[in-house]
Amino acid sequence: MNFNAILPLLVLASSLVPGMIIFFLPESRIRLRTTLNLTGAILKLLLIGYMLWGVQHDQSYVFRYNVLPDLELVFKADALALLFVTLSAALWFLTTLYAIGYLEGSPHRSRFFGFFSFCVTATVGVAMAGNLFTFFVFYELLTLSTYPLVVHRGTAAAIRAGNIYLVYTLAGGAVFLTGIVWLYGLLGQVEFTPGGVAATLGLEYTAQLQVIFLLLIAGLGVKAALVPLHGWLPQAMIAPAPVSALLHAVAVVKAGAFGIIRIVYEVYGIEFAQTLNLLMPLAIVASITIIWGSLRALWQDDLKRRLAYSTISQVSYIILGVTLFGPAGTIGGVVHLVHQGIMKITLFFCAGNYAETLGIHKISEMNGAGRRMPWTSIAFSVAAFGMMGAPLTAGYVSKLYLNQGAEMAEMAWVSWMLTASSLLNAAYFLPILYRLWFVNQPQKWLQERIRARGRWETHGLLLIPPVVTAVATLGAGIFADTGWSPLFWVKLIAEMEYLP
Amino acid sequence: MFDPVPWLILLPLVWGCLTFLTGVGRGGRLVLAGLIIQLVLTIILARQIVMEGARHYAVGGWGAPLGVDLYVDGLTGIMLLLTHVVALPLVVYARAYFSSQAEGASYFWPLTCFLLAAMNALFMSADIFNIYVTLELLGLAAVGLVAAAGSAGSVTAAIRYLLVTLLGSGAYLMGVALLYGTYGSVSLAVLEPLLATTEISAAACLAAMLMLAGLLLKTALFPFHFWLPPAHGGAPAPVSALLSALVIKASFYLILRLWFDLFAPLVTTQAAQLLGGLGAAAILWGSILAFNQTRLKMLVAYSTVAQIGYLFLLFPLMTSAIPGAAESAMQGGVMQLVAHALAKAAMFAAAGVMVLSAGKDDIALLGGMSSHLPLTLFTFALAGITLMGLPPSGGFIAKWLLIDSAVSGGQWGWVVVMILGGLLSAAYVFKVLRQAFLPPVAGIKFKPVIRMLEWPAFLLALISLLLGFRSVEVLNLLGAA
Amino acid sequence: MSGALIYACAGAVLFVFGVTGLILLPHLLRKILAFNIMGSGVFLVLVGLGQRDGTPDPVPQAMVLTGIVVAVAATALALALVRRLLSLTGKIQFPEESEGLGRCWKNK
Repeated sequence: MNFNAILPLLVLASSLVPGMIIFFLPESRIRLRTTLNLTGAILKLLLIGYMLWGVQHDQSYVFRYNVLPDLELVFKADALALLFVTLSAALWFLTTLYAIGYLEGSPHRSRFFGFFSFCVTATVGVAMAGNLFTFFVFYELLTLSTYPLVVHRGTAAAIRAGNIYLVYTLAGGAVFLTGIVWLYGLLGQVEFTPGGVAATLGLEYTAQLQVIFLLLIAGLGVKAALVPLHGWLPQAMIAPAPVSALLHAVAVVKAGAFGIIRIVYEVYGIEFAQTLNLLMPLAIVASITIIWGSLRALWQDDLKRRLAYSTISQVSYIILGVTLFGPAGTIGGVVHLVHQGIMKITLFFCAGNYAETLGIHKISEMNGAGRRMPWTSIAFSVAAFGMMGAPLTAGYVSKLYLNQGAEMAEMAWVSWMLTASSLLNAAYFLPILYRLWFVNQPQKWLQERIRARGRWETHGLLLIPPVVTAVATLGAGIFADTGWSPLFWVKLIAEMEYLP
Repeated sequence: MFDPVPWLILLPLVWGCLTFLTGVGRGGRLVLAGLIIQLVLTIILARQIVMEGARHYAVGGWGAPLGVDLYVDGLTGIMLLLTHVVALPLVVYARAYFSSQAEGASYFWPLTCFLLAAMNALFMSADIFNIYVTLELLGLAAVGLVAAAGSAGSVTAAIRYLLVTLLGSGAYLMGVALLYGTYGSVSLAVLEPLLATTEISAAACLAAMLMLAGLLLKTALFPFHFWLPPAHGGAPAPVSALLSALVIKASFYLILRLWFDLFAPLVTTQAAQLLGGLGAAAILWGSILAFNQTRLKMLVAYSTVAQIGYLFLLFPLMTSAIPGAAESAMQGGVMQLVAHALAKAAMFAAAGVMVLSAGKDDIALLGGMSSHLPLTLFTFALAGITLMGLPPSGGFIAKWLLIDSAVSGGQWGWVVVMILGGLLSAAYVFKVLRQAFLPPVAGIKFKPVIRMLEWPAFLLALISLLLGFRSVEVLNLLGAA
Repeated sequence: MSGALIYACAGAVLFVFGVTGLILLPHLLRKILAFNIMGSGVFLVLVGLGQRDGTPDPVPQAMVLTGIVVAVAATALALALVRRLLSLTGKIQFPEESEGLGRCWKNK
């Protein structure tokens, strides 16, 4: 077996192995645990960097293993996989830093970081899965590895949230499995292939393929939080901030959205999906989700809950883009996978900072926090403007392409819907920014746990990650046209999906 | 060429007698060494089966009809291998368990050895009367193990178990009598062509019904499951693990054998659907009852009732006319058998550790277990993954094959049952896991446990999980004819 | 009706009696006796049907001998367990079963 085939396995192992070791470490071995965590994260980034370089130079990284005589486990680092892998590895690194600072001195850290690493392994597996079977394996592992993180605090509320989370995700997984087995029964193998594989069946299978599509999307829609399958997401807010950050930006909801991308482009094929009339209903569901999420976000006073509803709304941009027939829609949707991740993780990091440093959990308590914590608040503001789609930010690029896509697909109502959604985004983010910067701070903070020291408004490990991601939010917007931006990479992917 | 077949029956009998002589509660080391030898022998045998195919063995050189014939094929190989792979870690576990808690240790070692001897003989028997003898031997040894704890509850469970198993084998023997009276032989090799070529007689049908009913009773298929939870839930943990993982599989193995070989000309699609229906009822009802338990070991025991149900889904699925569908049904059923045996042994062992540490068998007391015994809880969770049929476990591969068979055969009802069953098992597994994440109940003091209690259980759970990656080998062995 | 068949039919009747008693009788000693009657029924069938034109067949005789050994062992074990139960609870019944109706099919 050559090195190229092993490389995807190494990428998985770089978080799996540290995770397993950490799980068995005693609580007191903080230094060793941190070293393991960071070594794994950096190693993963290096490996991925090497693969990114390789893919640009026409290398292919495929690993195959027969689980059953006619059932393969396939890992494939294609362009789309690398997009998601890079995103998750980079954000995992930052989130690990953040979590080390966030959980300093709290109990059960070995358990936490163990499952944290498993969670990233599962996400990377989802990203690199080369066929539907492999995808499912890691999709379910993701459910299992995130559950302990959701219930990590062990309070009654956390357990309740965990129950709801499980009911939704396991039921979704079961529906998903049914669809997958059915599709395997029809096709024999369902390998992800640009342009899709289902078209070979022909139109006499239309009804079956439509039902299977429904099953697959229903299964994935749970994690992607499509309305009405979104109920678990606001509940899961009970988890510690780094978990929420990872759940919302990288791991769980993204796995769902990424799965939908794979299903539409590389299983059904965008053109065949259009022929089967599958795109329009999905576009409608995504649009309802976008508007519904934003509307619900308006009424939340709890900061993390508002962000959660905002996630519901924003993730459906990805799905909407997928359903807009034409390259521009594809670019808008897929690039938002990255952009939403960077922006949303910034917001959650900041929310965690407010809670940890000043004890602020509610929006009504945020008055004047901008002066006490300027860096955090600047990062928050940048990300919030990105979410609204303000120029120079990553969000602008996504919305630009989505609007173009809507025009190309001749779906004028989508443009209207996008405008309405942007207004709603502004309506629920601007009041927060107003409170941050323009209202005077109270006499005394609710619970000031971390005092400002010199230039550090809070713990250094809590501050660096959101600032980095905020800079990335700006970078992805300003340098969108260069060869190093997510947009550039996504354009390459879009070319492949539409070339016959 | 060295032939391990007779040794696999003889050796455990020798260990059993020796440990009986060494006295109460002693001989664990001998059994451990003996089991290692037996495991090596089964591996050799499995390799021989893969290379050279199925074969007969005439004990003492006397062939059928006068002597006792033994027969090994792929399925036998799988069962033997499974028995030893499960039993070996459990022996290590049992040594640690009984060193922490003497209750139930008295005749554990000899009885376990006789149990293994009976099972090995049962798997290899090629005549229906010899099968009867091994069934009785197996039942008596198992009853002895259940009673070993000596409390009123376990003695009651043991008596009930004994009566059930006697009733089951009585019915089975009646079937044997009818078959012998009609066809004049008890050898499977002789009876099979006779049944296939002659006209179906009422006596043969009655015999088939009696034998299958007796075996169903022993396998504890719904609605014959009433005896299982008290017997398996009340015994000491190593015993529960052995019984739930292996003993009920032995009678299932016989059903499989009789149904598809000897009685193949008699069985009808309706009968297969009936078995499947009972299996479905077992899955749903067993899972619901498991969820309602307040005692951890009872929960695990009811989960066995539910998991047995999956095995019986293969009968209706095998009736499918589509060749691929029938093949994957058989493979899925056998995978489920293997995966469940490994996972259930691990789960009972883990439950035993938790009960030992908490001092009382109560799910409500498990709070704080996640930090006190993380490895054991992890074991429980891994075993749970197999029971839920989630990837990458052996249980997942089994479920994949069964669902694949049901979908391609167009039998959608079973798909729904399997999906629902998976979700229900998640409900009862997570009932335990989430309790373990809660803070400890006030005033509870967990006893420390020795490491050798935790690792064997973990090993079993790990095997059940990684089995998914080695299914090709299992299915190769199954396919060896 | 030949002599052999009469034995076999009597065996079948005994078997049914035995099974019924085993399930329905509440007293454990009676259950054990019922099991023995059931076993005898099976043995009768085995020997009765095993005859060929009036000449006895040795094979079923050997099988019955084995069966008797098994039955004796099982009876001994059952009696030992019942004695143990008696000394622990003072009753020769399943604790949760009410008088007169053997509710063997209860779940709990």
